[in-house]
Amino acid sequence: MKNLFKLFSLIILIITSNSYSFAAEKVEYLKTDWSFKGVFGKFDRASLQRGYQVYTEVCASCHSMKYLSYRNLAEPGGPEFSEAQAKAIAASFEVTDGPNSDGEMFTRPGKLSDKFVMPYDNVKAAQAANGGAYPPDMSVLVKARGGGVDYIYSLLQGYEEAPSNVSLDDGVYYNKYMYGNKIRMAAPLSDGLVEYGDGTNATVEQMSKDVTTFLMWSAEPHLESRHQMGFKAIVYLIILTVLVYFSMKRIWSRVESEV
Amino acid sequence: MSDHDYKPKSKVGQWFNDRLPLLTLANHLTDYPTPKNLNYWWTFGGILTFCLITQIVTGLTLAMHYIAHADMAFESVEHIMRDVNYGWLIRYIHANGASMFFLAVYIHIFRSLFYGSYKSPREIIWILGIIIYLLMMAAAFMGYVLPWGQMSFWGATVITNLFSAIPLVGEGIVTWLWGGYSVDNPTLTRFFTLHYLIPFLILGLVVLHIWALHVPGNNNPVGIDIKKPSKDTVPFHPYIVIKDGFALLMFMIVFAFFVFYAPNILGHADNYIEANPMVTPAHIVPEWYLLPFYAILRSVPDKLLGVVAMLSAILILAVLPWLDTSKIRSAVFRPLYKQFYWILVADVLILGYVGAMPAEGLYLLIARVATAYYFLHFLVILPVLGFKEKTLPVPLSITEPVLGGSPNLATARNKESKIE
Repeated sequence: MKNLFKLFSLIILIITSNSYSFAAEKVEYLKTDWSFKGVFGKFDRASLQRGYQVYTEVCASCHSMKYLSYRNLAEPGGPEFSEAQAKAIAASFEVTDGPNSDGEMFTRPGKLSDKFVMPYDNVKAAQAANGGAYPPDMSVLVKARGGGVDYIYSLLQGYEEAPSNVSLDDGVYYNKYMYGNKIRMAAPLSDGLVEYGDGTNATVEQMSKDVTTFLMWSAEPHLESRHQMGFKAIVYLIILTVLVYFSMKRIWSRVESEV
Repeated sequence: MSDHDYKPKSKVGQWFNDRLPLLTLANHLTDYPTPKNLNYWWTFGGILTFCLITQIVTGLTLAMHYIAHADMAFESVEHIMRDVNYGWLIRYIHANGASMFFLAVYIHIFRSLFYGSYKSPREIIWILGIIIYLLMMAAAFMGYVLPWGQMSFWGATVITNLFSAIPLVGEGIVTWLWGGYSVDNPTLTRFFTLHYLIPFLILGLVVLHIWALHVPGNNNPVGIDIKKPSKDTVPFHPYIVIKDGFALLMFMIVFAFFVFYAPNILGHADNYIEANPMVTPAHIVPEWYLLPFYAILRSVPDKLLGVVAMLSAILILAVLPWLDTSKIRSAVFRPLYKQFYWILVADVLILGYVGAMPAEGLYLLIARVATAYYFLHFLVILPVLGFKEKTLPVPLSITEPVLGGSPNLATARNKESKIE
């Protein structure tokens, strides 16, 4: 058993020595309590719904979310809009479909099975409308950034006046959490920008938290079932390990050797 | 194995076994005499078999949903993560399974280094192991390319470009590997094909690895030759089966932790950005398990020599049985070697650490010193140590240290004869 302890110390040593490499750029991100962290972490349903509102009213004018479908909004583990609500949301978007029997493309109201409608037809159009910068697709954005949710949450609140020694070109803004501090996106949020249906006060901080929660879900739509299954799997494994340990002791007691 | 006179009890069994001796094989595997003092470091062989099977099974399932096309690969991975039933679970097991596989293989290799398992008569087992390890690295590298994220693309570009260091034909080889003039769709499809093939090659080599092991039998922590079967051995089943099973379960708990609670911690965030040939990531780093070799590669200023150094760092292991001149296997009885062994472990960990850092300033200096030491260990320290080192007295049998560890060999011999 002593050896086992050594073994796991080594495993932990390897893992921690490795995780250093991801902390190469040291910035202290803003901290907040995320309901989805931890063994039993779950999304805050109301926050997800508010976050969707912020996404669709603010972010979606430039940022696509091409891997999500409207049906996802009503699925368990997500914002859990009712099916009627999700249908209404989908129907509020114009979707290009076709070609029809005349060979023409046509538009129709969105359906649950449609992917989220993209703000621009293609990357070039998005760049042309945004001074050459491409607003990244947001489907897996929190997983595509080193600091994850803390980074996105901080970035949204990180806009400041540039220090006097930093000169900014037209259409470039100063953000203390952005890599290199220069960002092409103007501060997207301001207090009271959206009006929450549940009466929550729409401060920049609140909106940042809600939309980041929503982005976490969009990147990991099965996070809740992953946490639930993980707990069961690990408890099962631990019980089995204990049982096997005692069986092993019993079997090995037949030979005078230490296990 | 010729020492087997197994006869199945039933008539049908005998009839079958005379034509295909599968039952003899099964009997050999269960009865296989195993040293009874094997510690938990010896359980990683079984754990590695589990890892290989897991990777093959999850990989097959992923391949049913994955699309190997430059325009669709990234999207198909997201499709697996979102819409395939338990696709997220299968993919996270497969992705973290690669890391667990390497974690286990490094422990397995370093166990061999500590207890001298590579020495005569086990050189072929060792060399087969090195070939398996090389194939694992190839499979892992190509697998990492398949999601077609930024690190996939740029990692593939950097690694395949290494071949351009070969004089005269290098550029041609790189174009041939790519199937074009840059990493693109033809590269992806051939990497997918090879990534699918290699695990089955590994499986075949694992069979040979185990076969070769069963000829001399297991080494053991004392590192002495033992009589088989004897007081020093136990049958593989149930003793080793249950012990390996217990260790495997412990390993699976660690594995499950990563899959369920930290599935992306061992990966790089940039790989969730779709591959873009026009944008180069700030730091291109391979997966953690390749970092020590990446550090060796970058520590040499010349490209060709860097590639040579990196390959030598692996291939030098293949001749290790002849570089280590000591007749004593286990480090337990080699006080000096034991110290150099731990220095080597630290050296490799340091190489891994600097491999993740930018190759400049102090990091580069450390990488160079650590690289030099790595080769020094195998090319100078090991050969010299075999002649210079004063080793401790080695017991005659495994039971002797158990029975009291008497340094007096005569007493041990007496005990031996009494047992027999």
